[in-house]
Amino acid sequence: MNTQPFPYLTTLVLLPAGAAVVIAALPSNAKRLIQWLGVLASVAVLALAVTVAVEFRVGYAAYQMISNHSWISTYGISWDLGIDGISLFLVLLVAVVFPLALSGAQVKENSKSYVAWMLLLEAACLGSFLSLDLLLFFLFFELTLVPTYFIIGRWGHERRSYAAVKFFIYTFAGSAFLLVGIVTLVFIHQHQTGVLTFNLTQLISTRLDLGTQILLFLAFTSAFAVKAPVFPLHTWSPDAYREAPAGGSVVLAAIMAKLGTYGIIRFDLNLFPRASVDLAPLLLTLAVIGIIYGAIVAAAQSDLKRLVAYSSLASLGFIVLGTFAFSSEGLAGGVIQMVNHGLITAALFLLIGMIYERRGTWSIPKLGGLQKPAPVLAAVFTVVMLASIGLPGLAGFVGEFLILTGTFITHRWWAVVATSGVIFAALYLLWAYQRAFHGRPNAENSKVADLSWKEGLVMLPLVVLIVFIGIYPKPVLDRITPSVDRLIAQVDREAHTKPPQFAIPAKQLPKPTDPTISTSSIRSIPSSRQGAFNGGSR
Amino acid sequence: MLHIAYLIPLLPLAGFLFLVAFGHRLGKPKAGWIATTAVALSFVTTAIVFAGLFLRQPSDRSFTQTLFTWMPVGPLHVNFTVLIDPLSITMAAFVTGVSTLIHMYSIWYMDHDEQFSKFFIYLNLFVFSMLVLVLSGNLLFTFLGWEGVGLCSYLLIAFWFDRDTAATAGKKAFVFNRIGDSGFLLAMFLIFSKVGTLSYHGIFARLHRFSPEEITAIVLLLFLGAVGKSAQIPLFTWLPDAMEGPTPVSALIHAATMVTAGVYLMARVNPLLHLSPDAGEVIAIIGVVTAFVAATIACTQNDIKKVLAYSTVSQLGYMFLAIGTGAYVAAIFLMIAHAFFKALLFLSAGSVIHAVEDDQDMKQMGGLRRFLPVTYITFIVAWLSIAGVPPFSGFWAKGDILVNAFSRYPGLWVIGVVTAALTAYYMARQFFLVFTGSSRWESAHPAGFEPHEGGWIMRFPLVVLAVLAGFGGFVNLPFHPQWNFLGRFLAPVFQGTIYHQSVGVGGEWGLALTDVVMAAVGIGIAWRIWYPQWSHPSLEPAFLQRSWMVDDLYDAVIGRPGAALASFAAVVVDNKIIDGAVVGVGKFSELTGLVLRKLQTGFVRNYALGITIGLVLLLAWMASRVG
Repeated sequence: MNTQPFPYLTTLVLLPAGAAVVIAALPSNAKRLIQWLGVLASVAVLALAVTVAVEFRVGYAAYQMISNHSWISTYGISWDLGIDGISLFLVLLVAVVFPLALSGAQVKENSKSYVAWMLLLEAACLGSFLSLDLLLFFLFFELTLVPTYFIIGRWGHERRSYAAVKFFIYTFAGSAFLLVGIVTLVFIHQHQTGVLTFNLTQLISTRLDLGTQILLFLAFTSAFAVKAPVFPLHTWSPDAYREAPAGGSVVLAAIMAKLGTYGIIRFDLNLFPRASVDLAPLLLTLAVIGIIYGAIVAAAQSDLKRLVAYSSLASLGFIVLGTFAFSSEGLAGGVIQMVNHGLITAALFLLIGMIYERRGTWSIPKLGGLQKPAPVLAAVFTVVMLASIGLPGLAGFVGEFLILTGTFITHRWWAVVATSGVIFAALYLLWAYQRAFHGRPNAENSKVADLSWKEGLVMLPLVVLIVFIGIYPKPVLDRITPSVDRLIAQVDREAHTKPPQFAIPAKQLPKPTDPTISTSSIRSIPSSRQGAFNGGSR
Repeated sequence: MLHIAYLIPLLPLAGFLFLVAFGHRLGKPKAGWIATTAVALSFVTTAIVFAGLFLRQPSDRSFTQTLFTWMPVGPLHVNFTVLIDPLSITMAAFVTGVSTLIHMYSIWYMDHDEQFSKFFIYLNLFVFSMLVLVLSGNLLFTFLGWEGVGLCSYLLIAFWFDRDTAATAGKKAFVFNRIGDSGFLLAMFLIFSKVGTLSYHGIFARLHRFSPEEITAIVLLLFLGAVGKSAQIPLFTWLPDAMEGPTPVSALIHAATMVTAGVYLMARVNPLLHLSPDAGEVIAIIGVVTAFVAATIACTQNDIKKVLAYSTVSQLGYMFLAIGTGAYVAAIFLMIAHAFFKALLFLSAGSVIHAVEDDQDMKQMGGLRRFLPVTYITFIVAWLSIAGVPPFSGFWAKGDILVNAFSRYPGLWVIGVVTAALTAYYMARQFFLVFTGSSRWESAHPAGFEPHEGGWIMRFPLVVLAVLAGFGGFVNLPFHPQWNFLGRFLAPVFQGTIYHQSVGVGGEWGLALTDVVMAAVGIGIAWRIWYPQWSHPSLEPAFLQRSWMVDDLYDAVIGRPGAALASFAAVVVDNKIIDGAVVGVGKFSELTGLVLRKLQTGFVRNYALGITIGLVLLLAWMASRVG
């Protein structure tokens, strides 16, 4: 009787939300049941997300599994969800990180509300990554704020109220610009076509003069740049990351930061291609400053959580860099780096949470010599740290390399400056590691317990994924690339640059016998690369 | 026979994975033997592939094997391709051979260490990474191996992590290498942006797409990577500090194999180098200056391993002199000879350190000849070899480099010859301080203490390396065109790009005689000074002992200002200016204060709850419509 395909995406959003409601209705003394139920629900979401990934059509660039239902038709608002190569792995990231955050970093008091808020947050994050309707996206985007506010404010550390309010107001201010931007765009579109709609694919055809595009771009971007965060709008993040409970930090840094960069890719690049290209130097510059500045400030931190916050500022800088490079490599690198950074920071914050549970501090000077009593913890920390440094063979390198290669092709000097970031990352992370793990442990530190099997089980999936993507990123890239290529081609077309051409004169195309380069792949070099290939004093 | 090439790196990887899983349970010495077996099998595989390659026609001695695709995005299509040619298989042969011997030696040396199996895990991972570096058919996988060996170097230098000096040295090595690696990365970006591929064959087939300036830039950027990895000026000070690692690590990684990776890389990209004489000159100058500076420092060191470390820096400088001259065969020749005699020197030093119970100060040694008979002999072989005394291998290899330098850069040749005399001097000084004279270690030990050597596990590698260090030079003899076997084997890789020296047979004899005289002068002076008396403070000026104050300079110019900048950025810029601006512009503090006061009445909370409830109701309604 049901001839419709199964509404995967709708279920994906509603499942954690429903679980949150159920848990909220349970008596609060059923602590263990609630913990288990929370983990179980998030694992169910993971199973569903994996199914989505399996059903996902590889090599298909446009949105898939669309579930489109008219909602408030008077105002052109619809329940419109869809997934493509850009959002697929972010959805998977959400689905992987939440069960680990729920099982790896639990709270002691009021666990019922905590688990309920976390699941609601998961629903909101999934909704944000899946929405193809601007207002629906905005609702989910805003909905993420509330659980986060409560998670920081109620289960956080000493200065939680300050951090929670700062986070809330800062991001809320950004969102106000986004709402104004959305409404303006929709009205312009209605004025031109007579159709009132919030649908992304329809709004793309809105004709905007350059000035309007730039204003709207800035309105949208201010919300996304705060969320990411992009330098200099980052000062809420060290406070929020530090004061949040471990699970909150994981979600904030690993997932919610990506809402910002995802928003830029999905909405800025699609809706305002011309402005995106014109303002690229500004964003590239901010990204490069973020990479260098984040690293320098991270080096001066004596608190592990704040250190990771500034290190994230640098990593997010790389993602923004790749996005505004406008080359396939750069954008594909940016997308995969969102996933990698999510996995890496999630692992880092979980590990830092485990250290806090043992020692009651994140202060680096108070730690030291932890490798002696806790060699497995130290080994896992080392692997994750090396991934963050960008060691080839681990996930971080794949993204960084693609981003820098892609940026070098189109914006050479930004890439050159950003490359120095790889030196700084090694410097501050290895130094922090040395102070926390090397040396002789004092009496307190020498009693620290090693990872329990349960904690090991929480870390295992993250480490496996970090290694897997580092060694064999092909399955991931194969799914990302078609959507990325399509978006780049669209931006190129819309930005009225020259149509795509052969970057390399046909007669110089490599011989088919060359195993390392295929002629078919050359064709997809976007026109924006022309300058890089033909320039110089050849 | 060639299709088993992929097993060469795979066997140490298998050993690594196996030991990660079971190493701790196997314990000592089983874990060590498994690691040794994995590398030994890799050596056997290499020998088979070597034979297979040798049986082919010289023009046909290149072979690739694609294993899998790494990063497919647009035109970027990087495969993991194994490239077997005379250069890579020669490298693989000596890497696996020397590694096998040092693995074996380590079973003895690390016997009392509580992290025994972890040591072999790292060692196998190192050999795997080194083989990836050597056998890769493209720059990106070479870089993967390049970073992998750097990681293992870090892990093994900081192996005894509870010592602060070891932990700091490990970090320093990694960061200095990273500085070089940024050059490697930029070179790859530049190459890819021009030719759309990173495979060596692909790049060399498209050299015409580069402008001369770009070629020079690429070569110098890659050379920056080599400077970091191979510890040349200005990035050389990490290598002496790296001596904090266990001695077998110093022998394997910081003498025989990893530090020569920079030389290998430059030899590998010889078609690029050939097109940029300017870059070649820079490389030759940096090489010879490094050789000289490091040799002067080695003359004044008292730590037995530090002498060898600076000696390694100096010898690597010679290799870069050869690379810059275009004498690639000479560079590879010294690399192989150096792997033998320097590994032997370090393993002998390990035997000495073990014998005097972990003291490394040569001023506290002396008279060990009687107690360490095997070590004594092997050390002499290695010493005479590095000093350039015929017929030991070092004489032939260094001579080959100096002949080429003489005919192309006579000025650099002069520095090279002076350095040769210094080399003979500091090695003789070391020999006399350790093995002859009074037994100065006695005071530090209880009466009746007697230094002793290890069993056959430790002696076997020493003897094998001594034979190789002694006679290894015969693989490439001058004077007759049929005698340079190594040169003829490697010729296809360097075809047309190699520099042909032209000093004639008489000139070669003359230069060889000069080398011998220099060695004799160095050894003679050291004998006059250090044989009768072990203390000469006036010959050990602080400036040289502190490595020409280079680390002090870096600390003053980069280290301290950098730390000050970081804390300024964190405290003033971030907290006061950027966060302050947010507070000021948005009246943030007032707003926060207001809100915080309201918070107590539950205003924000109610507001936030209101948002949530509203949104949830909307969602619920949606859900009902969707269902």
